[in-house]
Amino acid sequence: MSVEFEVVIGLEVHAELKTKTKIFCSCPTEFGGEENTHVCPVCLGLPGTLPVLNERVLEFAVRAGVAVDCEIANFSKFDRKNYFYPDLPKAYQISQYDLPICKEGKLEIAVDGEKKIIGITRIHMEEDAGKLLHSGNTITSSHYSLADYNRTGVPLIEIVSEPDMRSPEEARAYMEKLKTILEYIDVSDVKMEQGSLRCDANISLRPVGTSKLGTKAEIKNMNSFKALQKALEYEIERQQEVLEEGGTIVQETRTWDEEKGITVSMRSKEEANDYRYFPDPDLVPIIIEPDWVEEIKNSLPELPDAKRKRLVEKLGLSEYDAGIITESRALAEFFDKTVTLFNEPKTVANWIMGDFMRLLNVESIEVKDSKVTPEKMAALLENQADGKISGKMAKTVFEEMFVTGKTADEIIKEKGLVQISDEGSLGEIVDNIIEANPKSIADYQDGKKKAIGFLVGQIMKETKGQANPGVVNKLLQEKLSQL
Amino acid sequence: MSSLTELTAHELKGLLDKGEISSKDLVKEHLERIEKVDKKVNAFMTVTKEEALKQAEVVDEKRKRSEQLSPLAGIPMALKDNMCTKGIRTTCSSKILHNFIPPYNATVVEKLMKADSIVMGKCNMDEFAMGSSTENSGYFPTKNPYDLNVVPGGSSGGSAASVAAEEVVFSLGSDTGGSIRQPAAFCGVIGLKPTYGYVSRYGLVAFASSLDQIGPFTRDMTDCALVMNEIFGHDHKDSTSAPVEVPDFTKALNNDVKGLKIGLPKEYMNEGINPDIIECYKQAVAKLEELGAVCEEVSLPHTEYALPIYYIIAPAEASSNLARYDGVRYGLRVEGEDIVSMFKKTRSQGFGEEVKRRIMLGTYALSSGYYDAYYLKALKVRTLIKQDFDQVFEKFDCLLTPTTPTTAFNFGEKVDDPLSMYMNDICTVPANLAGVPALSMPFGLSKGRPVGLQLIGKAFGEGTLLRVGYTLEQNTTLTRPRPELKGVM
Ligand SMILES: [Zn+2]
Repeated sequence: MSVEFEVVIGLEVHAELKTKTKIFCSCPTEFGGEENTHVCPVCLGLPGTLPVLNERVLEFAVRAGVAVDCEIANFSKFDRKNYFYPDLPKAYQISQYDLPICKEGKLEIAVDGEKKIIGITRIHMEEDAGKLLHSGNTITSSHYSLADYNRTGVPLIEIVSEPDMRSPEEARAYMEKLKTILEYIDVSDVKMEQGSLRCDANISLRPVGTSKLGTKAEIKNMNSFKALQKALEYEIERQQEVLEEGGTIVQETRTWDEEKGITVSMRSKEEANDYRYFPDPDLVPIIIEPDWVEEIKNSLPELPDAKRKRLVEKLGLSEYDAGIITESRALAEFFDKTVTLFNEPKTVANWIMGDFMRLLNVESIEVKDSKVTPEKMAALLENQADGKISGKMAKTVFEEMFVTGKTADEIIKEKGLVQISDEGSLGEIVDNIIEANPKSIADYQDGKKKAIGFLVGQIMKETKGQANPGVVNKLLQEKLSQL
Repeated sequence: MSSLTELTAHELKGLLDKGEISSKDLVKEHLERIEKVDKKVNAFMTVTKEEALKQAEVVDEKRKRSEQLSPLAGIPMALKDNMCTKGIRTTCSSKILHNFIPPYNATVVEKLMKADSIVMGKCNMDEFAMGSSTENSGYFPTKNPYDLNVVPGGSSGGSAASVAAEEVVFSLGSDTGGSIRQPAAFCGVIGLKPTYGYVSRYGLVAFASSLDQIGPFTRDMTDCALVMNEIFGHDHKDSTSAPVEVPDFTKALNNDVKGLKIGLPKEYMNEGINPDIIECYKQAVAKLEELGAVCEEVSLPHTEYALPIYYIIAPAEASSNLARYDGVRYGLRVEGEDIVSMFKKTRSQGFGEEVKRRIMLGTYALSSGYYDAYYLKALKVRTLIKQDFDQVFEKFDCLLTPTTPTTAFNFGEKVDDPLSMYMNDICTVPANLAGVPALSMPFGLSKGRPVGLQLIGKAFGEGTLLRVGYTLEQNTTLTRPRPELKGVM
């Protein structure tokens, strides 16, 4: 008899904050840069140096906290997490242990249209470590390792979820939602590939209907949403196999091997460090005024959930469309701006989700770098609505606009793409086509109504596609009925 | 005529201002003195002769141009070797930092350089400031200028000895549990541990961050006030630095203690205190009463816990502060088969016995399962000790105690008995735990060895300590002994 298992997943997400300078010194946080050039005595942990908190880090952490409904602590402090590793110049990481800056938040996810609330246990601030490059595979098997401390001291927030997720899809949805929110509130670059957004997962199985948590494994090194989902899928299978064969899960840290598509054991709990956390005596406690939190709350932009709700309720978009448009703040703002200039939300949404997103994807361009602006898109849609150009023409114009950045008017003029809607001149062309296609007329009169499509095609060909299809149809119907 | 090296900064200032001597003369004289006595005293880890002479010329030029100069301009001084000096080796008297040359200056060093004081060199100390005799230096012990057979105290033994032996006019030390005051007492000079946060710790190589403070060694109260004027003050590079204004401390030098309420903590007068020291202490009390002060016995009931909790808190912080010496980036590296063995070999060979002992103590106190019983409990008791001081300072202006239970002891006498060595800090540790200022001043001799009196003040109440000290200085001859330097001169 086989037992059915329930999956329990919690995520620990690290987001690099996009402050200009590091958390405890004034070195730049900029990504890249020659090795060991964004460093100073403080972030190198030279003897005698002391950390001084960058207040922007605190502000960004509070922003993140209020954006996911956290309670902001009015008293918080930094602690030292002690362990030896060459990427950690002080041999301790300044982090927060028992009094994090934010706690007890939540966010809403949706999987297949089903909504669910995921709890957020806490958010805390900490400093990033440096980067090591080993001559071999691991540090212990290497002849030498090179250390780059540019990233040392870049501010991070760690966002710890409750073990509320029940499938890899939910975990992915949570991660995507978190990314969207952090992007909206402008505190992080949220690029998983560059490591500015990182995620570890705790995953365990338990028999359906039981409440006691199973033994968990911690999975690391998942560098994309896809990797997160795949690693969790693999891990579920692995744990299920072990349990079904009567084995027990070992509490351990496992790393996701992207190439092989498997998770591999890194270290067991017995080997785990005792980090000997204690309050950092070099930093003073953080006292937060409720007024300041309120100020930050009021300065937040409209968040994705609220935006989506407005798009559905006020602008009449479908849940699905609103969901896609609000997934990125840049896209949503593009939409909002365009709608203020061309007040047909559904048309705007279709264009954004259609040609615009397609071309952005194909060319790997971000919204902010696109040559198409809301003004240009609105002007194009204006032309189409006026009947000046057809829908088909509009697509052609848009593609050109995307590449060159020219306005719709410029492109229409250059290509001579003006729609002919004048019944007089179109009437003449219609007459000529009728005259030249007696066979089709006969078919039509025999009841083969499809023949009209062929005639329209001929007219469009004659006018190089500039004829207004509506007017052509109307004229054809009239003239054919008079025959 | 007395030699220049005997004089204090404010006495020398008069000669410099009148043009009777130049800074270069002064530096040369002190370099000669170092040359002559330091072979025996061993106060210095590094003497920066060339830099000092060059610096003196610069100051002489400034004086010629009649520039506005600090009272300490051109005055030779020394720094404990745990204060970072740009381009000058800073070892903490540890093998693990044998070749460490900081790329930056500690804030106090910056300040003294701005005041045009002349850095003559870096002083020997107990390794990483852990010890009470300077026998724990990773290089050599410093001798007491009063008697080369006894220790100068520690951990700032080199700084204290350099001032007592008249190798420099003043020096800086650091005090975590008595490391300025105890050697000041042993060497017959003045040593002040300021209020926690009054002097920037930036650039002071940390031993126990919540206790460490930098302070001066001088030969009289006026010099002490002059050095305080230069090194005190808020520093944005140190988060624990207090954002307070610094008064002109020379204004506190009043020869008047009338009506001042001085508490005499009974817990400090235990059976472990040497009778000669008690005798000196009683004389001081009598003198102060005679001068109009009101001296009364007071109680600080949690005093007995100060030493045990100090030996939890300080090692705990040290175990973390000293973890960075791993051979990866600077200092000693002993190669190993892999990274872990490199860490182990470097730290095993780089640190001395006492440092290792405290790292182990501290690591243990912070370990999971022991944290609550040791570290957390120690922090709670620390709060009680602070409250003791708060309470007595509601009624009293300052407290008077002996600085140490004994005078300077012989080399090797306590080095194998850490507990008895730790007991030497019994009178000094509470001020560090409470963060309040405390000053040790010489007051008589016992069998030829100096005796120290300790004045403890309210937070930011250094002025009162100077006032009491200055008054004693003006009214007795016991406050300024001089070593004979037998066998040296
Ligand atoms: Zn830096």
